[in-house]
Amino acid sequence: MFKKILIANRGEIACRVIRTARRMGIRTVAVYSDADREALHVRMADEAVRIGPPPTAQSYLKIDAIVAACRQTGAEAVHPGYGFLSEKTEFAAALEKEGIAFIGPKPHAITAMGDKIASKKLAQKAGVNTIPGYTGVIKDSAEAVKIAKDIGYPVMLKASAGGGGKGMRVVRSDEEAKEGFERASSEALASFGDDRVFAEKYIEEPRHIEIQVLADSQGTTLYLNERECSIQRRHQKVIEEAPSPFLDAATRKAMGEQAVALAKAVQYQSAGTVEFVVDRDRNFYFLEMNTRLQVEHPVTELVTGLDLVEQMIRIAAGEKLAFGQQDVKLEGWAMEARVYAEDPFRNFLPSIGRLVRCQPPAENDHVRVDTGIEEGSEVSMFYDPMIAKLITYGENRDQAIDRMADALDAYYIRGVSHNISFLNALVLHPRFRAGRLSTNFIAEEYPDGFRAELVPKDDPALTIAVAAVAHRVIVERSAKLSGQLPSHERRLGAEYVVIEAKQHHAVQVVSVAHGWEVNYAGHSYRVVTDWRPGQPLLKADVNGHQVTFQIDRVGPKIRLFHRGAQTDVLVLPPKAAALTRYMLDKAPPDLSKFLLSPMPGLLSRLMVKEGQEVKAGEEICVVEAMKMENSLRAPNDVVIGKLLAQQGQSLTVDQPIVEFG
Amino acid sequence: MQDIIRQLEEKRAAAELGGGQARIDAQHAKGKLTARERLQLLLDEGSFEEWDMFVEHRCHDFDMDAQRVPGDGVVTGYGTINGRLVFVFSQDFTVFGGSLSETHAEKICKVMEHAMRVGAPLIGLNDSGGARIQEGVASLGGYADVFQKNVLASGVVPQLSVIMGPCAGGAVYSPAITDFVFMVKDSSYMFLTGPEVVKTVTHEEVTAEQLGGAITHSTRSGVADLALENDVEALLTTRRLVNFLPANNRSKPPVWPCEDPATREETSLDTLVPEDPAKPYDIKELILKLADEGDFFEIQPSYAQNMVVGFIRMEGSTVGVVANQPMVLAGCLDIGASIKGARFVRFCDAFNIPLLTLVDVPGFMPGTAQEYGGIIKHGAKLLYAYAEATVPKVTVITRKAYGGAYDVMSSKHLRGDVNFAWPSAEIAVMGPKGAVEIIFRKDAGDPAKIAARTEEYRAKFANPFIAGSRGFLDDVIMPRQTRARVCRSLSMLREKELKNPWRKHGNIPL
Repeated sequence: MFKKILIANRGEIACRVIRTARRMGIRTVAVYSDADREALHVRMADEAVRIGPPPTAQSYLKIDAIVAACRQTGAEAVHPGYGFLSEKTEFAAALEKEGIAFIGPKPHAITAMGDKIASKKLAQKAGVNTIPGYTGVIKDSAEAVKIAKDIGYPVMLKASAGGGGKGMRVVRSDEEAKEGFERASSEALASFGDDRVFAEKYIEEPRHIEIQVLADSQGTTLYLNERECSIQRRHQKVIEEAPSPFLDAATRKAMGEQAVALAKAVQYQSAGTVEFVVDRDRNFYFLEMNTRLQVEHPVTELVTGLDLVEQMIRIAAGEKLAFGQQDVKLEGWAMEARVYAEDPFRNFLPSIGRLVRCQPPAENDHVRVDTGIEEGSEVSMFYDPMIAKLITYGENRDQAIDRMADALDAYYIRGVSHNISFLNALVLHPRFRAGRLSTNFIAEEYPDGFRAELVPKDDPALTIAVAAVAHRVIVERSAKLSGQLPSHERRLGAEYVVIEAKQHHAVQVVSVAHGWEVNYAGHSYRVVTDWRPGQPLLKADVNGHQVTFQIDRVGPKIRLFHRGAQTDVLVLPPKAAALTRYMLDKAPPDLSKFLLSPMPGLLSRLMVKEGQEVKAGEEICVVEAMKMENSLRAPNDVVIGKLLAQQGQSLTVDQPIVEFG
Repeated sequence: MQDIIRQLEEKRAAAELGGGQARIDAQHAKGKLTARERLQLLLDEGSFEEWDMFVEHRCHDFDMDAQRVPGDGVVTGYGTINGRLVFVFSQDFTVFGGSLSETHAEKICKVMEHAMRVGAPLIGLNDSGGARIQEGVASLGGYADVFQKNVLASGVVPQLSVIMGPCAGGAVYSPAITDFVFMVKDSSYMFLTGPEVVKTVTHEEVTAEQLGGAITHSTRSGVADLALENDVEALLTTRRLVNFLPANNRSKPPVWPCEDPATREETSLDTLVPEDPAKPYDIKELILKLADEGDFFEIQPSYAQNMVVGFIRMEGSTVGVVANQPMVLAGCLDIGASIKGARFVRFCDAFNIPLLTLVDVPGFMPGTAQEYGGIIKHGAKLLYAYAEATVPKVTVITRKAYGGAYDVMSSKHLRGDVNFAWPSAEIAVMGPKGAVEIIFRKDAGDPAKIAARTEEYRAKFANPFIAGSRGFLDDVIMPRQTRARVCRSLSMLREKELKNPWRKHGNIPL
């Protein structure tokens, strides 16, 4: 076994590999760019080597720098994690040349699977189902009908030059094929000046289901069953689970065996993943093979009880797999949600900056948090803005989902935007709960994007009861302030009104043993909690149910965050509450007169002067954020009134840059 | 006897109706509460004890005989906030537009006198059209009487003003003297001369809101400490502030039980100061992580933002925080920041509130605007305030402490009691680059030499060790342990006694 390995990666995956290596008694070497000098993976490793400036091309993608780091530290093997150099043949080859083991497949396997067309051919040869189609150019409608019949309906006709849905037709019969071909080719001609059309099997209600394979250097190749990763946003996986709620044992076995056949065809070693698309009739077709550890590997680990990183290290060290196919377990259900620094209410705009507060839920047998950053870390513009992978386990799918929702409630993140509301909305969506997944799930369920109103509301009474108790705890402590008038000390009444979005909810809060009883709308809520003012999480037992609320105080208001929904409440005694009715609703300021910065960044160029007339669409300024230049243009013909920011100034989100005249 | 009781009830009912239902409705329609409703929100339920309900004006001119409303446009008395005594007056806009008559002023003076005599805060809720013109000079005299009382009470009991309607002309000077001024957005304004007069005299066209609204005064002029959304928020916020304040200049700040441990470590503070000395960070994160329960009551959050001031609690007891804000103007001291800081320091010193100063200051702001504006004199105010202060003073230098600004920011030399530095602290006359350009002017043409000298200077001064070797620092502490160290220092200083020499009063450079 190796004595020392180097991890050619950063963030959560570097930390995750280090943890396993440490457990196996292997010393670890981290590499880091200047942006990661203080990063968790650097501190966790036994040694750390700087490999360059922050941009990945000058650091984590620099093969020679990493090989040099191995030489310098005497590392015998390299784990590449995922991304970066994990699927670069040159890297595996460079290490091989140096006599350093690559904890992953051999270069030839990476090459073979790296090319989409070549890998598809290889798969066909190995007897793996591929999506039937005709890649040649279809001459006329008669040929279109023949080809479509061969493929089997439904069939999709696509413009070769296509994109954006233009020149695309789904046909389900000979007549439709004939007509569809004519339409598709004329649309293609009109849109792209190119009327070539090809045909492919149309996948109904497609699901992304992938098979984890594991192969040693001695000819054992196993499949560790599937993961379903259908919940994707713009081809980015958001939620993954194992097993799939869709597969039956026979399909699972067939997919597994095909995956093994493909792995064997390229003499695969190490962990790898064969991705399939599965249609509504459980027909499955090969997409591609990923020759590395997948981001979502933990769900497989939880249902099989295996540590995939450990297996990869053992295989790279030449060990034989210590178990066979019949020993591969599939127990319980695991679910993974990717927690990202992005704003789901602003079209998932990445959010960079300092994690002012970051408290993940407590880890235990059914909650696992794979993260590479911690409170005080910087979500950097240079790398993927993932905060953590939150993985939960249950005896069944429902339990795994419930635990995911609970764990999301307890994930306290401040300083950057995060997608917890979105993840919560997904896992609590009835269609998700029912397992009716498809890669179009997000596009179908949130066709106009995600908005605060789409966060499913948990029982509103629960929030009212918890808010009343939180307020009561706060005022009880206030009532202990020193310097009160003797025998005229503050006395607290039991009656309160919880005001939420102008709705008044009358409640009665009575102190009982170990907690409070809240009477609201004819129901009684027994709330037991040891929450104290200032604590970010209020954990309570409400009528026997365990709940977690995130609590922040905003002036006189209490802000509660639960099940992805944020609620601001003001709690007052009834007489005081009645007076709030006189307060006017103030119209929000008219922002259409301003050009606002859509994101935090640097005002790198400001092209206009005060008093200048600008035509609609003309560039007004450029905001640089995350190395990207964002051009801000005039929404219509306008006169520049006041410049409210200067070139070179850093901007916060929604900061006004220009006031129109 | 029965008759008297009946009359009493009638008078009481009349007083409570103020200017009548129609005017009350008009007040409500503007989103404003009545004088009594405001007191109901401000004070603990049922604690208000009203005085002088039957006072009426003594004016006979201009048919004023015919219009008398018991109470005369202001509700006065005392009550409690969290069981603690406060004196209050609340002007009633429904009675003669809340205008100030001789008797109206007398009522205010009466509660002020009592507040000083028993040592309790005074809170004024201002909603007044101005002087009672019908009374002429008697009304002006009334204003002056109030001003005089405000001045005498200054530094004796905390005085708070909440501007909840108009406050124009001479009327502005009573709130101006008080310790804190809150304004309600959209429904309050303060100015000496209104938009009409401004237009006649200077031909400027300006609305009342632009001239003296809550936003104007909380962001541009610094006259107001906070701008609140509406009456309810303003009054609840006033309650929160009062919870931080001692009752008078003889008592210590109030304390409440706190379960936030003094020893709480914040590991993330170790990475708060970025490695790049030119990169800003938010000093408020430090304040929130040091404070009990992350509770920070910021004063003037939108004015001179390069300086952050406000109240926190440590181990349950009030502490005044003064901090440079690297996010704004790199934390430089300018005129606005100096005045803001100086006034806050003097308030804390007057009322026995310990001071915690967080230093990251590259110096005073250069430029003609500052020099012509008198930064010398205004910067001296901050220096004066710190030097004069005898309350416990704990200082933490997080990064830059350069030049005169280092001296000013509660340094050891100004009787700082405990002065800590983080390992990232740089205490020097100026930044390495500037220093080398002066010391080694002859090498200016040789970038290699300059770079080497800069590095030499950085190695020597860009650390806390020289200052530590002189005893200008008491210790270099790990950022994560700052709360524990500050709590302990404040605890050690609890019984601190220090007296300045006797004098009538100092002559702060105003």
